Amino acid sequence: MGVKRPNRRDFLKRGAALAGGVTLGAAEPVISKATASAQSIEEQSQEVPSQDWSSDELVAYGERSLHVKSVREPVNGRPSPDEFGLVFHIGTPLEQQVGAITPSSLFYFGTTRGSIVPTIDPEKHRLMIHGLVDRELTFTMDELKRFPSVTRLHFIECAGNGSSPRRGRLIESHGMTSCAEWTGVLLSTLLKEAGVQDEGTWIVAEGVENVRGASSLPMAKAMDDIIVAYAMNGEPLRPQQGFPLRIVVPGFEGILHVKWLSRIKVVDRFYMTYNDYGHLRQDPDQAALSYQVGPKSVITWPSGGIDLPGAGFYEVRGLAWSGGGVVSRVEVSTDGGENWMDADFRGTPQRMAHTAFSFNWTWDGSEAMLMSRCTDELGQVQPTRAQRKGGLDNSIQPWRVQSNGSVTNGLA
Amino acid sequence: MGSLKLLSVLILLGPAAALAQSPTFGLGRTPSADEVLASDISISPTGMELPAGSGTIEEGALTYRRKCARCHGADGTEGRAPRLLKSSRGSDANPWSYGRILPIRAPYATAVWDYINRGMPLNREGTLTHDEVYSLTAFLLFINDVIPEGTVLDAQSLPMVVMPNRDNWAELPDWKPGMPRLLGYPY
Repeated sequence: MGVKRPNRRDFLKRGAALAGGVTLGAAEPVISKATASAQSIEEQSQEVPSQDWSSDELVAYGERSLHVKSVREPVNGRPSPDEFGLVFHIGTPLEQQVGAITPSSLFYFGTTRGSIVPTIDPEKHRLMIHGLVDRELTFTMDELKRFPSVTRLHFIECAGNGSSPRRGRLIESHGMTSCAEWTGVLLSTLLKEAGVQDEGTWIVAEGVENVRGASSLPMAKAMDDIIVAYAMNGEPLRPQQGFPLRIVVPGFEGILHVKWLSRIKVVDRFYMTYNDYGHLRQDPDQAALSYQVGPKSVITWPSGGIDLPGAGFYEVRGLAWSGGGVVSRVEVSTDGGENWMDADFRGTPQRMAHTAFSFNWTWDGSEAMLMSRCTDELGQVQPTRAQRKGGLDNSIQPWRVQSNGSVTNGLA
Repeated sequence: MGSLKLLSVLILLGPAAALAQSPTFGLGRTPSADEVLASDISISPTGMELPAGSGTIEEGALTYRRKCARCHGADGTEGRAPRLLKSSRGSDANPWSYGRILPIRAPYATAVWDYINRGMPLNREGTLTHDEVYSLTAFLLFINDVIPEGTVLDAQSLPMVVMPNRDNWAELPDWKPGMPRLLGYPY
């Protein structure tokens, strides 16, 4: 270890002090203890930062080991935050994820064309349902939590995801998809409570962030499986995921999963909001691709930027998902698509959720091209790059394993 | 015995089935008409919800200089914020190549009004008057060759504006549960 970097908890402590002298109890940073000891400066700089697991702070709310360093990063060619402080696209490090569920702290996030994550008091937050309904209704968070709930695994993926020769690492091409366990009330339950009128064929869902991001969704989807979610992975939604309330639109593009949800208006047509117009296309074939994510999979490990230490056995791991339902099959090729072999599922595949898969591979040390291909319950098969028609890119991503073990983008 | 059990199950189910047609949980309260009006900023392509007010191109140019130019640039191209002038000039250019500046590719001008009204200016969202939103919409549509000089926008004229893509887009197909992503293709 070279130069000692500031411990994250030092920042926390400093932040707390700035916030008005809030004491963190026994959370005296280990680093200052070390300073007080007789160690030389040189010895201290060699010390690996450690965490005080008996501190009130870490007893109350745990954190990961300081040796685990996977982090999100801005993707899609625009800095986040940008010069206006707007956060746009933050990718998740899928190559370091194990299993199907993305930890909440690493869940990718995007905002409506760049916006500011709001601070919302859940006591004051309301959801209004109005428009073409028999009974307009406003709910508090406590009332929403009294409704019969559902808990389901679902992925969310941003349409900004896509393979390209210029995107060499997984986080750049696939980082804007993540999967969590969501809990909330089905939107259909709330809409039935309000009584949708016959002319109510679409909804507009809107958030309370600065730009009041709004998306239109067909009533058929609203009545099918949209969740008005207040929790993810066993705790309230994280602010970057819409605290205290969002919709989860299983299998549909990310921008439609409106966060910081405060209003649902039942309307008689596609409203073409600022978020929506980007879904319009000139070609009817392209328009058909607008909402539902196609069958998709990607090998997450090894992927671009990883170096294999040498020939021998590896478990090739990946994720598969589809907006059309449950993943029914994943195949893997190690020779660029000449031969395909079935991969194993890790865990039980769930509808519109990331499904972890693995493939036992003994690498002989010669150049290889790794690919995966997903088939879903509707029989839809993941296309090659040449076959894809547009919309959110669900094409097969090749990874080239060079004979020296370095893994690069097979498209480059 | 078995049929008796079945009968009692049916009797129990009866009222529940009837309740499915009316509120079943009794949660939430009815908002007042004023509350709904105050929070409803969604504008239909028909312009149904557009408020009273109006604006001219000239008024919009002034408001733009005072409230928008600092970020978007004096002519809508050189600011730090996204450009507001279409990429290819000229009336015969393909609107799909204009770039995603304002909602210039949207079929209805209501999308432009709606976004300025809900999302601009940054950090002072919701402070523009309805007249200012009408005039800014007029100014931006004018510099993008959508409306001619002298146009006044209001709740009646705004939905009538013929955007470059007014009839140049494909309707989204009706989505139904269990539908493949693209009919006729295996993916």
